[in-house]
Amino acid sequence: MGVVSSPMTSNSIEVAGLRKDFGSLRAVDNISFAVAEGEIFGFLGPNGAGKTTTQRLLTGVLRPTAGDIRIMGRDLRKDPVAAKRHVGVVPENANPYRDLSAWHNLMLMGRLYGMAKKRREQKALQLLEYFGLLDRRRAKTKTLSKGLNQRISLSMALIHDPRLLFLDEPTSGLDVESTRLIRRLIVDLNTRGVTVFLTTHDMQEAARLCDRVAIVCRGRIAAIDSPDALRADFSSAQSVEVAFEKPLRDPALLQELASVSGVRQEKGKYILFTDRPGEVACRVALLARERGLGLRSINTRAARLEDVFVHLTAAKGSGNGER
Amino acid sequence: MASGRFLWQSRAALAVAEKDMRIYYLKPPVLIFGIFFPVCLFLAFAFGRNIPMPVLLPGMLGMTLFFLSSSTSPLVAPWETLSRTLERLVSTPASITAIVAGDIFAGAVYGIGISLFLLAVSVAALGIAPVHPLVVGIDICLSAVCFSALGSLIATLPTDSPGNIMLVLNVIRLPLIFVSGVFMPLGDMPAWGRTIAACSPLTYTCDLARHGLLGSGYFPAALSMGALAAFTVGFCVLAVFLHKKSTPRRLA
Ligand SMILES: Nc1ncnc2c1ncn2[C@@H]1O[C@H](COP(=O)(O)OP(=O)(O)O)[C@@H](O)[C@H]1O
Ligand SMILES: [Mg+2]
Repeated sequence: MGVVSSPMTSNSIEVAGLRKDFGSLRAVDNISFAVAEGEIFGFLGPNGAGKTTTQRLLTGVLRPTAGDIRIMGRDLRKDPVAAKRHVGVVPENANPYRDLSAWHNLMLMGRLYGMAKKRREQKALQLLEYFGLLDRRRAKTKTLSKGLNQRISLSMALIHDPRLLFLDEPTSGLDVESTRLIRRLIVDLNTRGVTVFLTTHDMQEAARLCDRVAIVCRGRIAAIDSPDALRADFSSAQSVEVAFEKPLRDPALLQELASVSGVRQEKGKYILFTDRPGEVACRVALLARERGLGLRSINTRAARLEDVFVHLTAAKGSGNGER
Repeated sequence: MASGRFLWQSRAALAVAEKDMRIYYLKPPVLIFGIFFPVCLFLAFAFGRNIPMPVLLPGMLGMTLFFLSSSTSPLVAPWETLSRTLERLVSTPASITAIVAGDIFAGAVYGIGISLFLLAVSVAALGIAPVHPLVVGIDICLSAVCFSALGSLIATLPTDSPGNIMLVLNVIRLPLIFVSGVFMPLGDMPAWGRTIAACSPLTYTCDLARHGLLGSGYFPAALSMGALAAFTVGFCVLAVFLHKKSTPRRLA
C-alpha cells in the first residue's frame, strides 16, 4: 500500500496502513492519517490504546509489522537519517542521562544530530536560559527534580531546531508550573512553524492545544476531529450513574428522560449518557420519588475517553477513518 | 552519498563513545570487575611460585586487557534500559550499528588506556625492553576491540539487570582465563589443553604478547594476529546483528 503524496506535499507526517503486532497482540491496527506542516496534532487515547507504540513507529524506534511512514516527505524505512534529522523526540517517561550534567546531555544530542560545536553550544545556552536552567547546567541531572529533568528532556529534543516535534505525554505527572511552561512552549514553537505531534490521555490538554485531534483506542483511530467537535463529543459523553434498591422492571423509563442520549447497564448500575448531567440527575431523583423506586446512589461523571470512543464507533459503525 | 553517511555515523559513534566514557568508566562494577578482580587473580597466581616476573608479564597483560576491555560494553544497554535513556538515543539519526560501534570503542579505549599504563609501569620496574614493541601495540589494540565486542555481545542477553550481566560475564570470563595459557605457556600444556586453548581469543592475545615482549611465542605472530582479527570481526558483526534484534525488545 503506497502513501499518496504529491511532490508539493506539505504534510510533515503521512501514515498509511500502519500496523504493529507484539506476538498475538495487535497494538496498532491499520491506521492511516496525515499531519500537515505547522499543525499541532493531538493523539488522544486511554492507557494501552497504542499511542506510545505509534509514536515509536513514527520516530523509527520500532519497525512496523506493515504499513508506510513518511516523515517530512522521506520514507522512514528507506532513508532513516534524512527522515530523522529534523525531528525532535521526547519519549514517554524518558530521562536525561542521570550521570551527566544538563550541559553534557545537550552536547551529546547536538553531536548525534550532526551539529557543529559552536552552533550546539550557542543553542544549548539559549535553551538553558529559556528553561531557567542556566545556573544548574553543570549539575548532574540526578540531583534535579522531575520537572527540571523534563525541561532538560525537552531541551534535548530541541537542540537541533527540529521542524517536527514528537511528545509522548510530556506533562503527565508533572507539577503545575512545569506543566504550564511546557504547554506554553508547545504553542510558542508552533507559532514559529514547528509541527507538533502530541500524545496525551488528557482531553482538556488535547482540546486546548491542538488544531486537530485523533482519538485512538485499542490501536484504532475512531475519529480525527477539531477540538470544537471533540468538545461536543465529550460533552455528550458525560453521564449520570444511578443505582436503585431493586432492579428496575422497566429500564426504558430512564431512556425516555429528557436529555438522555443513551443508557448502559454496568455492574447493577445504570449509566445515563447526557450533555446535561446535573439536569438529568434531578429528573432521575424526581422519577424515583414519583414511582416509589428506592434510590441507592446517584453520581454525575465527567466524560471518560473510553465512553467517547464507544460513542464514536457506535455512531459510525466502523472504527477507522476521518470525518 | 555512501561515504557521507559513513562519516555521519562515525561521528555519531564517537559521540556515543564519549558519553559512555563519561558515564561508565567510573561505575563501581566496572572498577571492581575490571581492575580489582584481575589484580587479585594475578597476585594469587604469582605469589608463592617460583616463576620469574618477566615470564608472567605477557599473561598478566592479556588478563588485564581481557577484564578491562570487556567491563563497560556489557553494561551499557541494560543500564540505558533501566535509566530510560535508550529510546531517545535510538530515535536520533544514529544507527544501531553506530551506537554499538561507539560502545565497543569506549570499552576498548578503557582497556587500552589502563593496560598500557600498567604495562609501562611493569616494564620500567622490571627493567625489560619489549622485543617487538609494534607487535605488542597491535596485540593490545586488536585484543581490546575483540574483548569489548565480546562484552557488547553479552549485553544483548534479555535482562535489564546489570547484576545478572556481570554474573554471566564472569561465568564466561573466568574459565577462559584458565584455558587460554595465561599462566602457563601453551608449549607446556597437554595436547587436549592446546586444542581448547585454540578456541579462545585470549590465547592469541597472550601468545602475541609473549612474542612481542619476550621475543618468542608458541604460534607464529601472523597466525595469532589473523586469529584475533577473525574473532574481532566475528564478535563485532554478531554484536551489531543481535543488538538490532534486542534493542526494540528493551523498550517495554
Ligand atoms: N514492547 C512491547 N511488547 C509487548 N507488548 C507491548 C509492548 N509495548 C506495548 N505493548 C502493548 O501494546 C499495547 C499498547 O501500548 P502503548 O502503545 O504503550 O499504549 P499507550 O501509550 O496508549 O498507553 C498495550 O496493550 C501494551 O501492553
Ligand atoms: Mg503511552
